[in-house]
Amino acid sequence: MLKTRLIPVLLLKNGLIVRSERFMYHQIIGDPITQLERYNSWGVDELIYLDISRDDVYDVRREDAKIKTSGRTSLLDIITVVSQSCFMPLTFGGRIRTLEDIRQRLERGADKVAINTMAVTDAGFVREAARTFGNQCIVVSIDALRHPDGRWEVMTVGGAQGSGIDPVACARAAEAAGAGEILLNSVDRDGTAAGYDLELIRRVAEAVRIPVIACGGVGRFGHFVEGVTTGQATAVAAANIFHFTELSYKRAKQHLAKAGINVRI
Amino acid sequence: MDKGLSVFSPPSANVWPDAVARCVGIVNTGVCNVQSVVNAFRSVGAPVDVMDRPEDLAAASHVVLPGVGAFAHGMGRLRERGFVPALEQAVLDQRKPFLGICLGMQMLASRSYEHGLHEGLGWIPGEVRRLAPQDPSLRVPHVGWNDVRVVKACAATDGLRPQPTFYFVHSYHLVPERPEDVLALCEYGGDVVVAVARANIVGVQFHPEKSLRDGLQLLRNFLALA
Repeated sequence: MLKTRLIPVLLLKNGLIVRSERFMYHQIIGDPITQLERYNSWGVDELIYLDISRDDVYDVRREDAKIKTSGRTSLLDIITVVSQSCFMPLTFGGRIRTLEDIRQRLERGADKVAINTMAVTDAGFVREAARTFGNQCIVVSIDALRHPDGRWEVMTVGGAQGSGIDPVACARAAEAAGAGEILLNSVDRDGTAAGYDLELIRRVAEAVRIPVIACGGVGRFGHFVEGVTTGQATAVAAANIFHFTELSYKRAKQHLAKAGINVRI
Repeated sequence: MDKGLSVFSPPSANVWPDAVARCVGIVNTGVCNVQSVVNAFRSVGAPVDVMDRPEDLAAASHVVLPGVGAFAHGMGRLRERGFVPALEQAVLDQRKPFLGICLGMQMLASRSYEHGLHEGLGWIPGEVRRLAPQDPSLRVPHVGWNDVRVVKACAATDGLRPQPTFYFVHSYHLVPERPEDVLALCEYGGDVVVAVARANIVGVQFHPEKSLRDGLQLLRNFLALA
């Protein structure tokens, strides 16, 4: 049977890997090129790289303003190098505004691209992208924020702008437009280690028939299990937990397997 | 940067000790990214040539047809660029080893029902239909790693571990007319044919270039075919 995927997410900011908290605070982890051997040795199911660089937005309250641009590898060059030595599926997302952006990434070796802001602001873009490159190349990435009143809202531009749209409606629209998968991120859970927003995941998973990848909030391996069993996620992803513990990927897989979940060992 | 070599094959591996003008030709009709396939073959030590024109096929010792996206689009491009006669000559007449990947496997069929009815190469009699698992928890496209059961002897799959696992991402599948053409199955709401083989022709629904150890081993096996 199809196995549940466990997917590390790597956030890239100006060519460096960073960790994030609530989409705001960004701390440098390392260089994506030198980190490659590490991810390769884990034999991961897939890798997702999200470019969260935002050099056209300056906000002094944000930690990310401190990360300098000079001398870093460009995203396209990172894709080239990564795809030359990683023989598992690679998804690249972030800053995709045109079909040409997609084409460039695929040509360099990306297998899939993740579209976020454009999926919300331009209704026809996902449809055009899926038609041009094929559904299986197109992942729609939905960043959902849960407000204090319990209502969810899809955020764009790196979690900075509210769209007024509900994530379930957004996911359905993405599916109808031809997206191959949904990458569902919780803005409020991001970096908190408090666990996935299970209700959010379950609602979206039940609303669509395409695969749903859950992300945002994992602090311990048990959270991955919850994402699958309670959240009904097709695949479980995380960023931070894989950065700070060696053997974390393997141990996470073992934890999932022990809980009876069909994973690739 | 060839870091991949040290992980997946011994440093001195020369797949073709008697190397005589061997070259893996990868058909490129502009439909999909061939870079992953190129990278994977390079990492197992094969000279690779991306073939943009039908005449390039003459120099290839092995032919690979990758493909991602819609059937009609893939077949359309293949025909537009004049690849069909050249492929028939290289594969059906000259019997060069052929590997079709994903859409490249589906195009072997007689016809496909994806977005209308479209004619394929017809090298493996059969139809391409949409995956329709009864179980509502099974999603389409079929995305991720799945175990594959090889059901007949074939040089391309011999020597793989007993339960190889490969990466899939597809919404349609080839249903061969002749049981003897079936090479491998996987389970996704029942048995799904995921590889076919007939004479020098092999088609795989999964992506060996994205399937780490098992995938690269399959590519090595393919390269060793004469």
